[in-house]
Amino acid sequence: MRNLIKLTTLAAVSALALSAPAFAGKSDNSVVMAYDQAPESVDPFFNNVRIGVIIGQHVWDTLIYRDPITNDYKGQLAKSWKWVDDRTLEVELREGIKFHNGEEFDADDVVYTLNFVSKPENKVTTQQNVSWIEKAEKVDKHKVRITTKKVFPAAIEYLAGPVVIHPNEYYEKVGPAGQNDKPVGSGPYKVTEYVPGKSIVLETNPDYFADSPKPKPTIGKVEIRFIPDRQTQMAEAISGGVDFIMHVPKDQAEQLEAAPHLQVVSGETMRIVFMQMNSQEGTPAPALKDERVRKAIIHAIDRETMVKEIVGKGSRVLNTICFPSQFGCTDHGAPKYPYDPEKAKSLLAEAGFPNGLELDIVAYRERNQTEAIIGYLQAVGIKANLRFLQYAAMREQIRGNKAMLTHQTWGSFSVNDVSASTPVYFAMGDDDISRDPEVRDALNKGDNSVDPAVRNASYKEALTRIAEKAYAVPLYSLPVYYVATADLDFRAYPDEMPRFWEMTWKK
Amino acid sequence: MIGYILKRLGLALLVALAVSAIAFFLLRMSGDVAIAIAGEGARQEDIELVRRTYGLDRPLVVQYVEWLWNTLRGDFGTSIYFKTDVATLVFAKLPTTLLLGVLSLGFALLVSIPLGVLAAVYANSWIDRLALAIAVVGQALPNFFFALILVMLFSITLRWLPVSGSKTWANFIMPTIALGYYVAPAFMRLIRAGMIEVLSADYIRTARAKGLPTRKVIFKHALRNAVVPVVALTAVQLGFLLGGSVVIETIFALDGLGYLAYQSITFKDFPVMQVIVLMLSVLYVLLTLAADIANAWLDPRIRVA
Repeated sequence: MRNLIKLTTLAAVSALALSAPAFAGKSDNSVVMAYDQAPESVDPFFNNVRIGVIIGQHVWDTLIYRDPITNDYKGQLAKSWKWVDDRTLEVELREGIKFHNGEEFDADDVVYTLNFVSKPENKVTTQQNVSWIEKAEKVDKHKVRITTKKVFPAAIEYLAGPVVIHPNEYYEKVGPAGQNDKPVGSGPYKVTEYVPGKSIVLETNPDYFADSPKPKPTIGKVEIRFIPDRQTQMAEAISGGVDFIMHVPKDQAEQLEAAPHLQVVSGETMRIVFMQMNSQEGTPAPALKDERVRKAIIHAIDRETMVKEIVGKGSRVLNTICFPSQFGCTDHGAPKYPYDPEKAKSLLAEAGFPNGLELDIVAYRERNQTEAIIGYLQAVGIKANLRFLQYAAMREQIRGNKAMLTHQTWGSFSVNDVSASTPVYFAMGDDDISRDPEVRDALNKGDNSVDPAVRNASYKEALTRIAEKAYAVPLYSLPVYYVATADLDFRAYPDEMPRFWEMTWKK
Repeated sequence: MIGYILKRLGLALLVALAVSAIAFFLLRMSGDVAIAIAGEGARQEDIELVRRTYGLDRPLVVQYVEWLWNTLRGDFGTSIYFKTDVATLVFAKLPTTLLLGVLSLGFALLVSIPLGVLAAVYANSWIDRLALAIAVVGQALPNFFFALILVMLFSITLRWLPVSGSKTWANFIMPTIALGYYVAPAFMRLIRAGMIEVLSADYIRTARAKGLPTRKVIFKHALRNAVVPVVALTAVQLGFLLGGSVVIETIFALDGLGYLAYQSITFKDFPVMQVIVLMLSVLYVLLTLAADIANAWLDPRIRVA
């Protein structure tokens, strides 16, 4: 089946070289994007899908903005901010900004939004993005104070990411349901048409404030169509029906490179890929309690070749369980385990498994990568049985202490701070299946300090210990492939955010 | 007749009920709904909150009975994923699916009646073989693959039709063909068999002997009688088309009930999926019933049985 599709795609692409394609968007300065999944709600607090984040950042603004290239923080709706004490952030707001419905932006909007979303009874979908907020208070019309529940240095990162600001009067009146029906934000684009599950149309906000770190858009209209089928998306791109698609599988993207009117761009994302090895009390695979077995597993896998052959351009091999640009993430001082099947075999023999052993591996995405891993393990005598599950089902297995090996990925919600990645799997939370109290303590210390030096040192200690004990197999970062009309000028960022506000049509 | 209809109606209701129960328990056994709703990265307490909020912590049977009770009172509940009223959501998508179903059925009949008649009239000739080949291909080719071939041909190579969406009538051409071609063979074989039987009947010989033109014999005398079983099949196939639109709507991004069903399964949005399953099964059962009644009306012998 796959080969047939490949063949037909190839045939189509070569047929294309002969015919002149019609470009959908350049003539009327619009871009049509296709995405496979419709968001459950357009309100950024009530969805947990990538396209929701993309729409959110175009229609709404956040208090702070993180420059995706330098990772520096800049004021967006905020003019400036400072920590008054360990748990209180004082934010001074910009003046003269208006929401799409004409409502003026001021302290009331910030206070209402933050207090609303942080209350559990309001059932925000992405609890982890807001549960750190204790409360927000108005100091004056253009100044607010935000209190965190615990010491939470990553607050800035969240305020620069998922925590958008709603217009309080409108939001109070219509609620999340109304904000989904007729979304109103203050961002560079406003929603002019929305058919849930089908498409959403964004048009430039003519009153967008000039001082924003997001530049005023030049692309006048962005239509996002929800097309669930990958082949259909590709056919649309080839025939010129859409200008921009993302998350295209590597092999298919490479075929589309042959089409002269398309460009294929790949970029690294913050999504890291790793394997957990269940070594906690009561593990169904007691062999994994032996450090030598765990090290053998890491030595058995040729990550360099996997990155080159099947993962794709933009990906890099990782040595610790975090994304390199995240604050606190480092692999200095951590032992590295290069590909060495002979060493893997001898480690296994040393641990009492000269004839190998049999383990289960659970996985939920990028099945071809899991299969490659299984092949490598087989080569050193570990027979790994694949149990490919839905995410929810896999998670049940892991949390119920029924998993042996896992093929995991983690996107950190694009939060550029280690507190959003490593602790999820190693601070004795529900997904921690190595459960080392030393690692937990070091991670907690890093999470609960505002001193960057203390944080860096603590995270380094935790990451080093995880690597020394080989609690998990760090694999690589995942790239994302974008296919776009060749005339569209755009750049790929690690946070998987296409920024239509800075895209232009090539002259 | 009334008694017959009532008996069939009662049976139909039981079938719909059983289908809804099976769908409910199957979906719920395929993984923890609360984890699916909470999404990647949710902590245990978030999941617990979801579980309590949606009442998922209660026994499955209790949840099913509650859902059934609400549904019978006309309260279809709220979509977990889209967070809107299920009834509004479903009824907004229904017209697209109904339109696609009727169009596909029309296409299937348009193709299968002439082919079936030709195959019968020229039985065992090359025409019959060709019709058989068309039927076999239609039955054997998975409709999603046939859909892709159509896209390759009409959208990419010839550039005549838009690939996906539901903006204009042109968007419906390929889905109609892809879906209709899948059910056409059944009609064709039925018409062929019926026609062959009827054509050897005495009254046809009489009609021919009277000197009626062949065209009149075939279409006025033979086809009318051969078409009776097709009526029953039409109703059943329409139900099949409505259910079968899940794949086709997903491929062509047609914003109908099938696509909604696909989404609700993906996101474990069981209130929506339940209503779609119930609605489709009721529709299917009603169509079968209509077919039975039509048959009984057309053929008095059935009423006795």
